[in-house]
Amino acid sequence: MASLKELKGRIASVKSTQKITKAKQMVAAAKLRKAQAAAEAARPYGTRLEAVVASLASKITVSPTSPRLLAGTGADQVHLLVVANSDRGLCGAFNSNIVKAAVLKARDLIAAGKTVKFYLIGRKGRPVIARTFPNMIVGQFDTTGAKQVNFAQAQAIATDITVRFEAGEFDVAHLFYSTFKSALAQIPTEKQIIPVAVDPNTPTSSGAAVEYEPDEESILADLLPRNVGNQLFKALLENSASEQGASMTAMDNATRNAGDLINNLTIQYNRSRQAASTAELIEIIAGAEAL
Amino acid sequence: MPLHFELVTPEKLVRSAEVYQVVVPGAEGDFGVLEGHAPFMSTIRDGALHIFESATSAPETIAIVGGFAEVNEKGLTVLAESAG
Repeated sequence: MASLKELKGRIASVKSTQKITKAKQMVAAAKLRKAQAAAEAARPYGTRLEAVVASLASKITVSPTSPRLLAGTGADQVHLLVVANSDRGLCGAFNSNIVKAAVLKARDLIAAGKTVKFYLIGRKGRPVIARTFPNMIVGQFDTTGAKQVNFAQAQAIATDITVRFEAGEFDVAHLFYSTFKSALAQIPTEKQIIPVAVDPNTPTSSGAAVEYEPDEESILADLLPRNVGNQLFKALLENSASEQGASMTAMDNATRNAGDLINNLTIQYNRSRQAASTAELIEIIAGAEAL
Repeated sequence: MPLHFELVTPEKLVRSAEVYQVVVPGAEGDFGVLEGHAPFMSTIRDGALHIFESATSAPETIAIVGGFAEVNEKGLTVLAESAG
C-alpha cells in the first residue's frame, strides 16, 4: 500500500499532466480550424489544374517523345516511396499509420523483386523506416522551419523529386499521406504521383477546338511539374489537418484518462487516510481502556 | 456582356468577377480577352495582369508569377503561382 504522501504526489503529477494534455487539445482544435481553412482555400486551384492537365493529356497521344513525367521511363523497376509525416508527436497513431502503410507497400514491392527507395518529408517517420529498411532513404525534406504548409515548400519538394526523376534515380513515385475525413478518422492514403496518373473520369472541357500557345506539348511540359507540386501541396495540407485532428482526439482521450486516474487515486487516498485515522483512534481508545 | 474572370493561386481564389476586358502577359506576347473569346490556352510569363472593369475605366494591375491561362465558354481562368 502506497503511503499517503506518495499518493498525494501522484495525484499532483497526474493533475499537471492533465493540464498539459488539455492545453494541447485546445491548441490542436484551433490549429485544425486553420488547417481546414487552408485546405478549403487551395481547392479551386487544385481542381482547375487537374482538369486542365487531364484535358491536355487526353488530347496528346503518349509516345516516347512526350514528357517523361506523363509517359514514365518505360520501366517499372525502381520505386520511390515519398512518405509525408509530421514534425511533432502527441498525435496518437497518426505517424505510425502512415509509416505502416508505406512499409507494407515496400514489402510488397520488394517481394515482387523491385528496388525500393524512400524520400521522407517531416521528422517523425525517419527512425522507424531507418530501422526497418536501413540504407534505403535517399532523401529527406525538413519542414521544421515553416510554421504552416505553404506552396513554395511543396514546390521545392516537387522540384527535388522531379530532378531525381529526370536523373533516372527511380521509375515510379508513390506518395503516402493521411486523408482528413474527420477529427476522429484519418485515412492513410497512397497515391502515385510520377508518372502522372490521369484519371479518365475527370471532366474535361468541351470538345471545342482550343487554340494553344505555344502548343499542347510545351504547355504540358510546363504544367506537369506544377501538377506534381500541386499534388504534394494538397497532400501536405490534408496531412496537417489530419495531424491536428489526430492530436485533438488523442489529447481528448489522454485528458479523460487522466481524469479517471485522478478519481481512482483520490478514492484510494481517502480510503487509506480513513483507515489510518481509524487505526489511530482504536489505538488511543485501547490505550485509555487499559489504564 | 461582361467577361467572367477568375484569378486563382494555390493559396486562394484571388479574384472572381465580371469584367469588361483582361490583358494577360502570355508567353508569346500579351493578349487581351473580351467576352466571347474563342477557346484558348497559353502559358504566361511573369508580369502584370491588366483588368478593365468597363470599356472606359482605368486598368487595375495585378502582378502575377508563373502560370497559365485558359479561355473557355465559361470565361477566363488564370492559374498563377503567386499574385499581388
